[in-house]
Amino acid sequence: MNWLINSGVWTTLINADLWQSTLRESTLLALPAIGGVIAERSGVVNIAMEGMILTGCFISVFISIHAHNAAAGLLAAIALGGAMAAVLAFAAVRLKANQIIVGVAINLVALGLTSYLNVAVWGQNGAPASCAPSGGACKSGQILTIPDWSVWQLNKIPGVGQIFFQQNPIFYLMLLLVVLAHVFLFRTKIGLRIRAVGEHPRAADTAGINVQALRYLAVILSGMLSGLAGGYLALAVSGTFNDNMTSGAGFIALAAVIFGKWTPFGAFGATLLFGFGLALWHTLQNTTGPVQDYSTLIAALPYVLTIVALAGFVGRATAPAADGIPYDPAEAA
Amino acid sequence: MDHPEITREEAAETQLTVPTRGTPTGPPAIEAVSIVKRFGALIANNRVSLQAFPGEILALVGENGAGKSTLMNVLSGLLQPDEGEIRLKGQAVRFRSPRDAIEHGIGMVHQHFMLIPKLTVAENVVLGHEPSGVLFDQRAARRKVAELSEAYGLKLDPAERVEALSVGLQQRVEILKILYWGSDILIFDEPTAVLTPQETRELFVVLRELAIKGRAIIFITHKLKEVMAISNRITVMRAGQVVGHLTTVQTSPAEIASKMIGHEVLPEVHKGPAKVGDPVLEVRDLDVLSDRGVPAVRGLSLEIRGGEIVGIAGVEGNGQTELVEALTGLREAQGGTATVNGIELLTEFEQNGRASRSQNHEAGRSHRLRGFGESFRRLTKPAPAYVREAGVSYVPEDRRERGLVLSYSVADNTILGIQSTPQFSRAGILNFGRIQRWARTLVTRFDVRPPKTNVPVGTLSGGNQQKVVVAREFSENPALLIAAQPTRGLDVGAAQFVHERLVEKRDQGTAILLVSAELDEVMALADQIAVIYEGQIMDVFEAGTANEDEIGLLMTGGAQHTAEQSIDLEAPALSQGS
Repeated sequence: MNWLINSGVWTTLINADLWQSTLRESTLLALPAIGGVIAERSGVVNIAMEGMILTGCFISVFISIHAHNAAAGLLAAIALGGAMAAVLAFAAVRLKANQIIVGVAINLVALGLTSYLNVAVWGQNGAPASCAPSGGACKSGQILTIPDWSVWQLNKIPGVGQIFFQQNPIFYLMLLLVVLAHVFLFRTKIGLRIRAVGEHPRAADTAGINVQALRYLAVILSGMLSGLAGGYLALAVSGTFNDNMTSGAGFIALAAVIFGKWTPFGAFGATLLFGFGLALWHTLQNTTGPVQDYSTLIAALPYVLTIVALAGFVGRATAPAADGIPYDPAEAA
Repeated sequence: MDHPEITREEAAETQLTVPTRGTPTGPPAIEAVSIVKRFGALIANNRVSLQAFPGEILALVGENGAGKSTLMNVLSGLLQPDEGEIRLKGQAVRFRSPRDAIEHGIGMVHQHFMLIPKLTVAENVVLGHEPSGVLFDQRAARRKVAELSEAYGLKLDPAERVEALSVGLQQRVEILKILYWGSDILIFDEPTAVLTPQETRELFVVLRELAIKGRAIIFITHKLKEVMAISNRITVMRAGQVVGHLTTVQTSPAEIASKMIGHEVLPEVHKGPAKVGDPVLEVRDLDVLSDRGVPAVRGLSLEIRGGEIVGIAGVEGNGQTELVEALTGLREAQGGTATVNGIELLTEFEQNGRASRSQNHEAGRSHRLRGFGESFRRLTKPAPAYVREAGVSYVPEDRRERGLVLSYSVADNTILGIQSTPQFSRAGILNFGRIQRWARTLVTRFDVRPPKTNVPVGTLSGGNQQKVVVAREFSENPALLIAAQPTRGLDVGAAQFVHERLVEKRDQGTAILLVSAELDEVMALADQIAVIYEGQIMDVFEAGTANEDEIGLLMTGGAQHTAEQSIDLEAPALSQGS
């Protein structure tokens, strides 16, 4: 035990950097997770979130350079995520294809295409340098990023200030989206209908609800949120594009959906846990001492948690009854 | 229940006079004209026409696969007809979706309820037609549903979740839903299939009131007793065509039945006295939990001897499913024992200092090696294969879910569970020639139609699917046959066929446990009738010693005063759980 105490773990744990970083990682996971909740509540499993995030990373960097505008890059990522989701929805809802297979295909295409375009567009040295457009002029051809906010002077509060008020604007947007998604699903008419469609599409159909349209809507919303997450990762966190830079964030988000029992708040809570695992890894990598040797092992923590979550450790899972099942009105009742 | 001195038949006769309102005048509320609907090569509806007038109850009767449900799905906008048209008050209309049909005043209560279990009563009722506004106004929805349920005397708590309601109450939610839509053409697809006699009577009162208020009601059923009791007119379908329009007061069940099947039927079951043998199934103090973890079977004891049929009469959801599942190794037993011809299926285990009742630990242990899910010194969930080996055959209540693999051929389905016997396979390789010969024999003997062995079993009608299950399970010469709802959803002909096979098995000395929601079926077939309520056997009657109302009362727990009267009744084969 002695080595553990002397290893710097405790100094790491009380370091505000770790917790600031936890929220950063959580934001990346929570955005697609919220979308995943909406899609699965409608009865479609969006396993292609990983590919949509990665594509969002690429397009946001590309547009940020060429439009010389970070916001434009972000919007492009959202739009392309939505468009990819429309393809998934067309295959899964209209053609009643297997959602998992279509989703995996989209992921593979996204990985291959973005890696190819990375070299084709920017050459072997990768994307150009980034520049935070805060007052100073950025040169054309640079990646314009989305800098963190320092909220009023609140970030000067010791510890807590850095954690909660030295964050990216998209973090605050994510918090808002968690609340909005909850209201959308559980307080609006359209949310009630989406939940009905995910539970018993035939019952919804006989009550005069357009099952297909709602599933399109839900899937496209989840794609847009995944695209937004991609833009966040590339423009707000990394400031560049790397091959497979998402490294499984979309899948961890999918686990967070289940871990959070298909609710926005639950999924957000799960992403806090997973985000902590990721942040701990990054922080320990940069420490000295014996723990650094184990940082890669600790890196596996979120994935172990994911397996535990998927194994149903969270209690009897209450998945939407028609989750992942295409609806065919002509099928005999 | 209010007038126990009036029998059901008498009640039905007095009711007959109520809905008769003379010949309807004016245009029909809804009219189907020469509807044709094809599914591939199959013509489900072939030039079908019918009319329903405001203020009347039209019964639509026919065997399974006659095309009734297809026609109703066309009328409710779920399916589009290939030919023909629908007219409302003489005007031709076209429905592109269920929403279209709803907006034209058509509401349908489906056979399988179209309700979302996790949502509340109010949410289910208003779904798709919620109070205006972007946000869902929960309070307004509950208020509206409460008002509606008040106005029609359909008592319900709008805030209750549908999954917590009994089947009868769920049906009320369905009725409220179509009333909320403002429908004036109400279609009921086999609404009594899941109801107790009492609930059926309550439903009929509601239907009659709705008719008196001027709504047109189409009532689909194949129970002729109900047709005679509730309808004004009758439309009979057979093999996708309408074969007759009848007026209820001028016809008889025999005439309807002959039109339905094309030949006269004798619905009674012919059976001689039981030749009872030794006890086969012995169940003692069985405790089983439901899916929700609450006790569903509570200290139930039961004995069935060879050559007799013991029928479990009860409202669905009183532990019948859990009882059958525990005996067949599909659900864990919490306590109690069960043996078949002395072979242990379930063994007692020590709990709270209760001594183990198993006298033969050595015998128990040897089975334990082959059982599944049990821990040291107890057998609480035997492997289904082991149960089968012990001589138990099982006709499950849901043939589509458990009895058959719908996408497999008829032949493959006839060997499910016995596929690894030397008769059909050697070293894991199936002998297709033998399987085909076996399947052809069964298909012929059990009159499966069409008599093909290579078509997917899912393409057969419900009755013929059931015949495949029955053929397989009956062919194994079981010591114990468990038949759960063996004729659910079957037409008269198929049900009679299954009944005859059951009696045949009984006469060959098989012990039969019959679980059925149809009291008529239990009364007709069983030699002993055990009434189950909330997981306990309330009482046991010898066939012919109890009347329907007495049993019906026990089924709903209204046992207190009748139990005292019948407590002296001999119950030689069964004893109530302690």
